[in-house]
Amino acid sequence: MDLDTVQKIKNNPKYQQLVSTRSKFAWKLAIVMLVIYYAFIMTIAFNPSALGASMSGGVTTVGIPVGVAIILIAFALTGIYTKRANTEFDGLTKEIKEELKKEQE
Amino acid sequence: MGKILALLTLGATALLAAGGDAGVSGQRDLNISAVVMFFIFVGATLGITYWASKRTKTAKDFYTAGGGITGFQNGLAIAGDYMSAASFLGISGLVYLKGYDGLIYSIGFLVGWPVILFLISEQLRNLGKYTFADVASYRLRQRPIRTLAALGSIAVVTLYLIAQMVGSGKLIQVLFGLPYEFAVILVGVLMIAYVAVGGMLATTWVQVIKAVLLLSGATFMAIAVLMYFDFSPEALFSKAVDVHDSGLDIMTPGGLVSDPVSAISLGIALMFGTAGLPHILMRFFTVADAKEARKSVFFATGFIGYFYILTFIIGFGAIVLVSTNPEYIDAAKGVLIGGNNMAAIHLSHAVGGDLFLGFISAVAFATILAVVSGLTLAGASAISHDLYANVFAAGKVDEKTEMKVSKYATIAIGIVAIILGIAFEKQNIAFMVGLAFAIAASANFPILFLSIYWKKLTTRGAVIGGTLGLATAVILVIAGPIVWQQILGNEEALFPYKYPALFSVTVAFIGIWFFSITDNSADAKAEREKFEAQDIRCQTGIGAEGAVDH
Repeated sequence: MDLDTVQKIKNNPKYQQLVSTRSKFAWKLAIVMLVIYYAFIMTIAFNPSALGASMSGGVTTVGIPVGVAIILIAFALTGIYTKRANTEFDGLTKEIKEELKKEQE
Repeated sequence: MGKILALLTLGATALLAAGGDAGVSGQRDLNISAVVMFFIFVGATLGITYWASKRTKTAKDFYTAGGGITGFQNGLAIAGDYMSAASFLGISGLVYLKGYDGLIYSIGFLVGWPVILFLISEQLRNLGKYTFADVASYRLRQRPIRTLAALGSIAVVTLYLIAQMVGSGKLIQVLFGLPYEFAVILVGVLMIAYVAVGGMLATTWVQVIKAVLLLSGATFMAIAVLMYFDFSPEALFSKAVDVHDSGLDIMTPGGLVSDPVSAISLGIALMFGTAGLPHILMRFFTVADAKEARKSVFFATGFIGYFYILTFIIGFGAIVLVSTNPEYIDAAKGVLIGGNNMAAIHLSHAVGGDLFLGFISAVAFATILAVVSGLTLAGASAISHDLYANVFAAGKVDEKTEMKVSKYATIAIGIVAIILGIAFEKQNIAFMVGLAFAIAASANFPILFLSIYWKKLTTRGAVIGGTLGLATAVILVIAGPIVWQQILGNEEALFPYKYPALFSVTVAFIGIWFFSITDNSADAKAEREKFEAQDIRCQTGIGAEGAVDH
């Protein structure tokens, strides 16, 4: 990629939009995942009995649905990101590429 | 091909002959259905290898299956790489022994995946070609960065391979009644055949088939367990609490992660380690574009999460159905026959009889084969693509030679794995996977991550910081409780924590940061100037390697 092309793409408002929207979205989701996981780990380290409390009187503890929920949330987050990236972000990328092609012709 | 078949026939004869004198030291009687199903698997996968060899002509085919794997297939293959025999048997065994603690491990192994998707996967696809060192060295000096990345890869692959080989030898000994050495050699020879002949295409399909078999088998087991309790988890847990020695404690977090430092450190090792495993990172180059790379992680996360829920049910099922049945207990030692990691295997017999035991045994064997093949391919690529083609020959090498080198490297790694597998038979190898994750998290991941995101990174920073991270991880594992205390027999560990990642990853990041920002050389300036072009390719995929048609 020559310097001229780099400048052209960098100054394209669509490119700027793509980069800022995507990185904000990706970091937001990553932080959600990290917060959930480390909240879980810290509960285990400092207050394990919170997860050991019984659900509705039986032997099943709060920790079981919490654990399964973290697994499901992890999967759901990948779904949310993939869906938006494969439609909105890829759409923007395609437009950027097409504009570049037109300019170069 | 003919040679391999001849070798296998030889293997089959030995296999059947070995069945005759089974029963020695924890070896099981030869399970005929297991052997038959195993041979069907081996036959089918060798068939695929032959098919794949016709389609593997270029280096790109060999390393990345031509980049033509779909997101769904790659998701299954990634899940397959992750669902090793160690994780299937180990985690269900851990649940069997400790209950809830097993779930904590599973969650740690899983949550790295969303983070990989958000921050690494498409960037990797857009920047890389065959190995993650391509990405790390994109705008830095090729030789030092590739050397370090390749050494990191080879260290991770070797440690992981030893753990898998030793585990496989012992597992096969118990399952099929085969002598340990024979089992290790059989695994080594088959993996050389898959990788050297069929490259990434064969390796991927072996992985996909095994993932489907393993997921089906585990689903069947979990459903069978739940059926015993009319699909009421409460009834299953309540019965398990009744029969388990620890009683109600199996339903709460126990002593597995007791202090906050260990908890955070384990979390970092699992999360960043996953994002630095060369055989996993390599899979992102097998798909056509960023879109398919994202889909791969989406499917992989789903399959892995589902699998961990199944292993949790399987572990609890084993508490109820296996621990209460004297048929599965080694009365002298008070553990399960073949060790507590056999919980899932015995459960398959308890719910499905000899035939299903045979199926699960064959699947466990298939799992080992698939995982070691992926590891071998990653190791061979580091040797041929990074060390040989780009460091030794400085990029001036034709594809044919590079492919030849990669095949020799595959054979060499296979032989080394067999020798080390046999040498480590009686050793305590519990630290090896942990060390592999620590190295991946402390050397590979920081360099990869900062090369994608941090403009000011320079070659000097990456090399010094990465080396410091690697050294810290190795030293702290050796000085830690597992090696210094348990293996070397010293009274107290020099370093109190089992997981060094919190410290070694911090050292790596600080080292890379410090030695980059203080680097004022002309090279460093040029490297920083190249960041913008790299970032544009990384963000848009413009100029990225595409797929080839077959």
